[in-house]
Amino acid sequence: MKILVAVKRVIDYNVKVRVKADGSDVDLANVKMALNPFCEIAIEQAMRLKESGQANEVVAVSVGDKACEEQLRAAMALGADRAIRVDTQEAADPLSIAKLLASIARQESPDLVLLGKQAIDSDNNQTGQMLAALLDWGQGTFAYSMELKGDSVDVTREIDGGLQTLNLNLPAVITTDLRLNEPRYAKLPDIMKAKRKPLEVKEPEQLNVTLSQNLKLLKVEAPPVRQAGIKVGNVEALVEKLKNEARVI
Amino acid sequence: MKVLVIAEHDNSTLKPATLNTLQAARQISDEIDLLVAGAGCGAVAEAAAQIGILSRVLYADHETYGAQLAENIARLVVSLAREYSHILTPATTSGKNMLPRVAALLDVNQISEVIGIESADCFRRPIYAGNAIATVQSLDPIKVMTVRSTAFEAVAGQGGNAPIERVETVFENTVSRFVDQQLAQSDRPELTTASVVISGGRGLGNGENFALLEAVADKLGGAVGASRAAVDAGFVPNDMQVGQTGKMVAPELYIAVGISGAIQHLAGMKDSKVIVAINKDEEAPIFQVADYGLVADLFDALPALESQL
Repeated sequence: MKILVAVKRVIDYNVKVRVKADGSDVDLANVKMALNPFCEIAIEQAMRLKESGQANEVVAVSVGDKACEEQLRAAMALGADRAIRVDTQEAADPLSIAKLLASIARQESPDLVLLGKQAIDSDNNQTGQMLAALLDWGQGTFAYSMELKGDSVDVTREIDGGLQTLNLNLPAVITTDLRLNEPRYAKLPDIMKAKRKPLEVKEPEQLNVTLSQNLKLLKVEAPPVRQAGIKVGNVEALVEKLKNEARVI
Repeated sequence: MKVLVIAEHDNSTLKPATLNTLQAARQISDEIDLLVAGAGCGAVAEAAAQIGILSRVLYADHETYGAQLAENIARLVVSLAREYSHILTPATTSGKNMLPRVAALLDVNQISEVIGIESADCFRRPIYAGNAIATVQSLDPIKVMTVRSTAFEAVAGQGGNAPIERVETVFENTVSRFVDQQLAQSDRPELTTASVVISGGRGLGNGENFALLEAVADKLGGAVGASRAAVDAGFVPNDMQVGQTGKMVAPELYIAVGISGAIQHLAGMKDSKVIVAINKDEEAPIFQVADYGLVADLFDALPALESQL
């Protein structure tokens, strides 16, 4: 079985986000970047399938400029066998990315595509679903657990009221939620080894995809700041405030 | 301009998030149709017809739609899409699962988690876990968007009498099947629609101690939530998680107990009207967003709170 894992370079989740003074976007200059945490979970899941003998090849793919090769190397340090970067200079929208990934999937013919459920920068939560639609494959989003069953896969999903299990024919698209697994850290020898693993660069034209320009970012603002209130001395004072000042009980 | 809203329901009741989404739809156009797709969901269509602002209820009732499989519902929505300028659904796990599939099949982008309608093609949405708010413009011929229900007041669920039109088209797929689901049973209100939410964090120590929160919740008619730390520690199931990667809540009163206030948690509750924090660490960041802070041991404070309500 061959697994394709799509990954994204995003701001490190520990970094405090600042909006640019001109309101054009958030400021990413000299900010630490990292693999999107949900993508790390997708890589980890692929590696577990490989280590248990259920998969034999893991290919990492990312869409972006040369900088995102750092994240593809990180994915290979975690165990991916090779990587593909689709070269785009401007940030592409989710539909364009899904089209690029669909084209890669048609070339690579994986049995499974794993993606994070969302990226922590744009918070779109769309790419996996769009990819499944474009390929006309089944989708298992927000995966909590998964089990391969011959030519199909059971995916248990985190849904609003609890958990739901679907059975999908392979090939399928699965997007990972937080509790699917706990990703490992890359070991130094593997980081060194990853530098010599193959990394191929493709242009959108080679994949017959024209990037959509239909979604414009007009402005970015900081959210309204909530002011700290007061400290109360004890439970009696709290109940009194909630009843008589806030009037919410 | 004409808006199609896809109803959130469980085949027996219409979920309140639908009414919030209709408010967003109303800010776009007066012509709004509501699609109720499910299996044995006639009662939902009847309830939907009473919503005051609808032009029509489109009602698709077939076993293939019962589990809301994205593969089937998306194709149904696409088959109806051409007469609409906008397609909206609540940003619930069901909506977030299905709607991007609709967008891709229509060859348009989706605008996720909309919190503000600026105009027919400009929308506000949170990015970076709510640490920034983006205004985006869509030039696509059909605007496809999920709506964050806490950002919009619900429209009235009564007083209307919209015609119900059957949609007989059936889309079945051969690639995905529903197996089963385990839904949490509770007599308390749903987390995302409760007017009072009391949440516990790692400070609770274990799952049994959540009974202390439940006792307070029952006095206030509220729901019980949890921080990601409490869920990851295995105290309570994941569907109780409030935060960036869990549920977004905006009740009248939010009580955070034993929760330090990580950014990921604040992203899920900072739109609450009144926030109370109870924590023994007076430096905890949760106090920076709380209207009323109580520095106390929660094992003393919770029983005292319950007895005084």
